[in-house]
Amino acid sequence: MTTIAELPPGFVDKVLSAQSTFRSVMDAMARPGSVQRIVPMAGAPATMMRGTAAIALTLFDHDTPLWLDARMSESSDVTKWLKFHTGAPVVQDSSIAAFALVSEGALLPALECFALGTSEYPDRSTTVIIQVESLDAGRSFELRGPGIDGVATLQASIKPFDLFERLGMNEALFPRGIDVVLVADDAVVAIPRTTRVVSKGS
Amino acid sequence: MYVAVKGGERAIENAHRLLAHARRGDQSVAEISLDQISEQLGLAVDRVMSEGSLYDRELAALAIKQARGDLIEAIFLVRAFRATLPRFGASEPVETGAMRVQRRVSATFKDIPGGQILGPTFDYTHRLLDPSLAEGFVPEAPAAAEASTAPTPRVTDILGRDGLIESSPQAEEGASVGDLTREPLNFPADRDLRLQNLARGDEGFLLAMGYSTQRGYGRNHPFVGEIRFGEVEVELFAEDVGFAVPLGAIELTECQMVNQFKGSATEAPCFTRGYGLAFGQSERKTMSMALVDRALRARELGEEALAPAQDEEFVMSHSDNVQATGFVEHLKLPHYVDFQSELGLLRKLRKEFAEASAPDAMKEAAE
Amino acid sequence: MNAPAYNFAYLDEQTKRMIRRAILKAIAIPGYQVPFASREMPMPYGWGTGGVQVTAAILGPSDVLKVIDQGSDDTTNAISIRKFFAKTAGVATTTATDEATVIQTRHRIPETSLHANQVLVYQVPIPEPLRFLEPRETETRRMHALAEYGLMHVKLYEDIARFGHIATAYAYPVKVNARYVMDPSPTPKFDNPKMDNCPALQLFGAGREKRIYAIPPYTQVVSLDFEDHPFEPYRFNAPCALCAAENSYLDEIVTDDKGGRMFVCSDTDYCEGRQAAGHHGSLSAAPYKEKAQEKSNG
Repeated sequence: MTTIAELPPGFVDKVLSAQSTFRSVMDAMARPGSVQRIVPMAGAPATMMRGTAAIALTLFDHDTPLWLDARMSESSDVTKWLKFHTGAPVVQDSSIAAFALVSEGALLPALECFALGTSEYPDRSTTVIIQVESLDAGRSFELRGPGIDGVATLQASIKPFDLFERLGMNEALFPRGIDVVLVADDAVVAIPRTTRVVSKGS
Repeated sequence: MYVAVKGGERAIENAHRLLAHARRGDQSVAEISLDQISEQLGLAVDRVMSEGSLYDRELAALAIKQARGDLIEAIFLVRAFRATLPRFGASEPVETGAMRVQRRVSATFKDIPGGQILGPTFDYTHRLLDPSLAEGFVPEAPAAAEASTAPTPRVTDILGRDGLIESSPQAEEGASVGDLTREPLNFPADRDLRLQNLARGDEGFLLAMGYSTQRGYGRNHPFVGEIRFGEVEVELFAEDVGFAVPLGAIELTECQMVNQFKGSATEAPCFTRGYGLAFGQSERKTMSMALVDRALRARELGEEALAPAQDEEFVMSHSDNVQATGFVEHLKLPHYVDFQSELGLLRKLRKEFAEASAPDAMKEAAE
Repeated sequence: MNAPAYNFAYLDEQTKRMIRRAILKAIAIPGYQVPFASREMPMPYGWGTGGVQVTAAILGPSDVLKVIDQGSDDTTNAISIRKFFAKTAGVATTTATDEATVIQTRHRIPETSLHANQVLVYQVPIPEPLRFLEPRETETRRMHALAEYGLMHVKLYEDIARFGHIATAYAYPVKVNARYVMDPSPTPKFDNPKMDNCPALQLFGAGREKRIYAIPPYTQVVSLDFEDHPFEPYRFNAPCALCAAENSYLDEIVTDDKGGRMFVCSDTDYCEGRQAAGHHGSLSAAPYKEKAQEKSNG
């Protein structure tokens, strides 16, 4: 069993690291498809990428119910680390989660399982954080929408392969919807509910 | 030649210096101490703690001194300090039934178990200015008697035993208590949030709202079931030791209003409740709060809500004096950019009006 | 006594997290007002507490902050807020629009075009564009949910019926990304076109009303109008008396009690920059050099 002393550490400088990580995520959300880097590093339990760990330390706390995929929720290293450093309550019911952590795309459930917000409060929706293989190589995706000057091209190796098809539901649901944050090591790309994929290369 | 106004920074610094000077007043007069404020202006301290939502006599006294006696400014200072304090948890509900009462009156019964205790009150003083208080006044020693050990059960509990008053509405088991300083407020708001809002609300606003219900704007036939003022213990449940640990004692005033209710098809007629609670001795505040609390329960009790005091959005959105004073006073800030837009629009509208109503005269004037 | 000790940029970390989460949702739903648990700040409500909380939540040590009120860096409240962050966050401050990474503003958008590495933070008094048509939050929230904006169009059309044109000069409502009707804060309608397709991120904070909203970069922002009565930005008849700018928003300065008036740029940084670049208006007597001197003296 891991004791608290053996858990991977959090940020060295909580205040400034959280600020810097937040700005990367904010820039990613404001400029969908653009690749932002997360600079400050914290320790991360196995199955959790460095970027994911930094985002967790920055945005999660007692007020954010958290849903974990099977691989993460079964890892006591992950759940202990999250509880110790963030205090976020882990919930089984994905439809009340403020955040969802998906260690790999194959474990992503149907997006309808998450909170989609209501017409009155569309902000009460799950932000789904998905770890992917690469955000600078792979298939290219052309994205449009608020935050994008014309068209943005994202080259990425993403699972599930049909993620963008699945996110197509955001168009009909708007203003309700799911916002996605993709993480590959220290790279972050956000796909808010307003982003549309216009074409896909190979 | 015109040079734009500069030097705002120095103006601010100088204004702060002048304020500090004005705050101190004539320096040949002795400086007031925090103890003096706390001991001799105790009700001001109570109000600042209540509406500032922070039980700390010393900081409240400091705030009053810093604010030159402007209580809303002092409340604001305390609130701004409180906003960044870490939260360790919520205390266990305080047991006001076990209060060490200094004052306790009921208007609904001639006598009550534990007795009526008049305590320190202005109630039966004649409001004649008393020159002997101007200086050097030494009060007589208070009349003393053996402290009574008789329990002082709440009057509403006595009524409740016979089912004459609704049982106190209970929250769901395990439901967390809302905190409008930590979560955004949505309407309709539950009673926990309403009471929190009223407890922080401006005494003058609540007084006017409560008064309006008495004058017929949402009348609810109130009786003072009981007002009690005294000390209660505060405890915090400590998870690591598994039991509630005492944090200390605080002074509270509690008012339980007993109101008429005609009943419905499914419920027998009974009395209903309005509740007020404040730090320190704050009777006007808790009585007003209880009246408004009862008025705001209109929806829950199936009453028609037509009066301002029954309108939850209206009351809750306007009760907070820190919010209200900020927004009213912000009109002092420069608005000349907007004003310029309005000025331009008004000139245009007037020109159009003049042209439309007297085209010939305008033409002549223009020529 | 519990002596106060404050965090970087004043707010505690839990508060910052809460505001940051609200900002992310605001960006994801352009123009939608996200409720947040606004804190009591050490300046009064109505004096920029929403903008200050947003700025405090995003600001880092490498940021360069500019604060304007009425377009000017030298108005007292702008100075007060700038000093607050210089003190609590130790950030560099500037008056130059180009150099700033975060600009907090009340009532104006700078004349100089913003760029992609900037965030513009607006102080908002009443975030709800429908509030003066419908005072109830429960009602206006429903109207936004259904995108039921008929009431707003009726109001604007009543203006046209009465005056022949829309009689709203500031806080002129806009529609963001073809969905939400949004209050641009009390900026003059002159500034509305600058919000459209802007390279910078625009964040709006309303402290007393506890709302945060956003316009992502490169997002469509349309001022509400009618086909037969298109939106017209406010135009001035005269150029700036100091820098001769013909396309900036002007303040009217009353120069005497006999009807004397002059018009000068409300954006002081823009005006000074133009004067430094050699543009002179009818009343400019080269005060620029003296000012530069003053600045270098601190």
